[in-house]
Amino acid sequence: MASKKYILGVFNDDEDVLHAVSDVREKGIKIHEVYSPFAIHGLDAALGYPRARMGVPAFLFGITGTSLAFLLTFWTMGYDWPMNIGGKNFIPFPTNIPIVFELTVLLSAYGMSFVFFGMEGLFPGAKPVIFDERITDDKFVMAIEVDKNVVSEEDIFDVLKKSGATEVNVKEI
Amino acid sequence: MQVVSPIREHLVTGGKTLHDVTEDISRHVEGNPTREWKMVFGIALAVLAYGSYWAYRTWFFGLGNWGLNKTVGWAWDITNFVWWVGIGHAGTLISAILLLFRQKWRTSINRAAEAMTIFAVLCAGSFIFFHMGRPWLAYWALPIPNTFGSLWINFNSPLVWDVFAISTYLSVSLLFWYIGLVPDLATIRDRATGVRKTIYGALAMGWTGGARAWARYEDVSLILAGLSTPLVLSVHTIVSMDFATSVIPGWHTTIFPPYFVAGAIFSGFAMVQNLMLIVRVVYKLEDYITIEHISLMNKIITVTGSIVGVAYITEFFIAAYSGVQYESYAFINRATGPLWWSYVAMMTCNVLSPQIFWFKKMRESIVVSFVIAVVVNIGMWFERFVIIVTSLHRDYLPSSWTYFTPRMGDIGDYLFTFGFFFVCFLLFAKFLPVINMAEIKAVLKSSSEKNTKIENKA
Repeated sequence: MASKKYILGVFNDDEDVLHAVSDVREKGIKIHEVYSPFAIHGLDAALGYPRARMGVPAFLFGITGTSLAFLLTFWTMGYDWPMNIGGKNFIPFPTNIPIVFELTVLLSAYGMSFVFFGMEGLFPGAKPVIFDERITDDKFVMAIEVDKNVVSEEDIFDVLKKSGATEVNVKEI
Repeated sequence: MQVVSPIREHLVTGGKTLHDVTEDISRHVEGNPTREWKMVFGIALAVLAYGSYWAYRTWFFGLGNWGLNKTVGWAWDITNFVWWVGIGHAGTLISAILLLFRQKWRTSINRAAEAMTIFAVLCAGSFIFFHMGRPWLAYWALPIPNTFGSLWINFNSPLVWDVFAISTYLSVSLLFWYIGLVPDLATIRDRATGVRKTIYGALAMGWTGGARAWARYEDVSLILAGLSTPLVLSVHTIVSMDFATSVIPGWHTTIFPPYFVAGAIFSGFAMVQNLMLIVRVVYKLEDYITIEHISLMNKIITVTGSIVGVAYITEFFIAAYSGVQYESYAFINRATGPLWWSYVAMMTCNVLSPQIFWFKKMRESIVVSFVIAVVVNIGMWFERFVIIVTSLHRDYLPSSWTYFTPRMGDIGDYLFTFGFFFVCFLLFAKFLPVINMAEIKAVLKSSSEKNTKIENKA
């Protein structure tokens, strides 16, 4: 695969990179991605990403868990082998709530997390594209793909420098 | 931009930079184990080995080596189970509930507390297997039809709810803990070379720290916290229903669910306090686990201890007020009968001892905090012992009244879980970052000494 050329603006501070994102975007430069050692609040909005909506898979898996749990308890206790336990109803709704609750939480948590892993391509053995090994330590890196931009390389360098990047590197991956 | 009050204590002291955080925490993962670690690990292994002998005896020869008798058919096994489950509540409480309440001080302690939760729940789980008597038939507790037809488990039984609650709690805690670990594992991967890089690289699952991933990651953490909060409350509620839905005087109490949950948080925080004080000294993390953290945990211990105290008194009052003679007798016997000493131990350890933290000096003393945390854990063990054994040992038929004395099997199985717990915790402390680096870095700016000083000057 042909390697792609990236310009990397390295920042020392989360607020610097946050301001830099709007500076760079104002100039009409497309940002590939911004990497940081921790979550920066408002960065996804500044980059123009749609709001993360992990609640959707959480809800869908959760409601699946609820339905499966109701199905399990109703079918086993009410239909498959109805048993008289102390003269209670065959389908004792309130006593099924704990099971229904636990299965809802279980499916919701795992379903959502695996959807997240899938969306981000996270799995053991995944080969990450690491622009700079200091990202997971203390540097904030803005990666700009050269070919996807009409702005010249020099201009990108300038903008990054002006907006507070301590280093600007070029990397081909 | 977050505004932090100048009077609020700093969460990270010593003017740490982002890089300092990485260095301070990763150092322990990367370096060779220290002599202290090896020594403590050796002791833990020895305890585990000795306990394993008794676990083996319980497994192969049955429950005869316990001190149970005809009247007291449930004693240390279930006491230890409830004790461990209770301890296992602090981790998720710290990371989930404190996350929802935006309590930033959780960041220094949540990782270790969650790890502790997982190991404590595993210890609790081992008691479920022990007291099945025939542990190889444990799968009978799962919702599968039996071999003779399609007779299913009884979904009306709190013991079945327990199976679902404990296993869900363990799985979800494990997931929450692991997702929290991913960015930190990536940090260690990027610093490592050779085999270590391969191992931590696989564990980090290719995390790069992109903005899109972080935004989703934050969303996932928040939703997991939202799911775990009712989950953690449900687990001990269901454990308490093992007793509360029975018709034994002393167990048949509607106050049990909130009272057990408060007790669980109480003992869990005490255990976290103990472990963090040790980690703090051994790993020299005084700048991350500050006196402020210790003091805040002590406040929670005092509050939950007092809630438990109110529950003890309410229980007593309601038993008398109900006018049911069996109920009243169960409680009078609990306090003045042959097992009075365990009642006294419970009351002093749980209700009186944490009141010392009303004094600021005591709350901020490391020695006092450590001692009280140990005392609280002893007290919480006695609470379960009191509830379980004193309610059983004098039943409706005075001719069968008896006393309970533990035998080596009881003690050995308990030691087994202690050994297991500490072996797991020490391995965790050696091979994984004990403090959540990514979250500490995120709060560093608003709460480190260096930065707020500059802000306050301006």
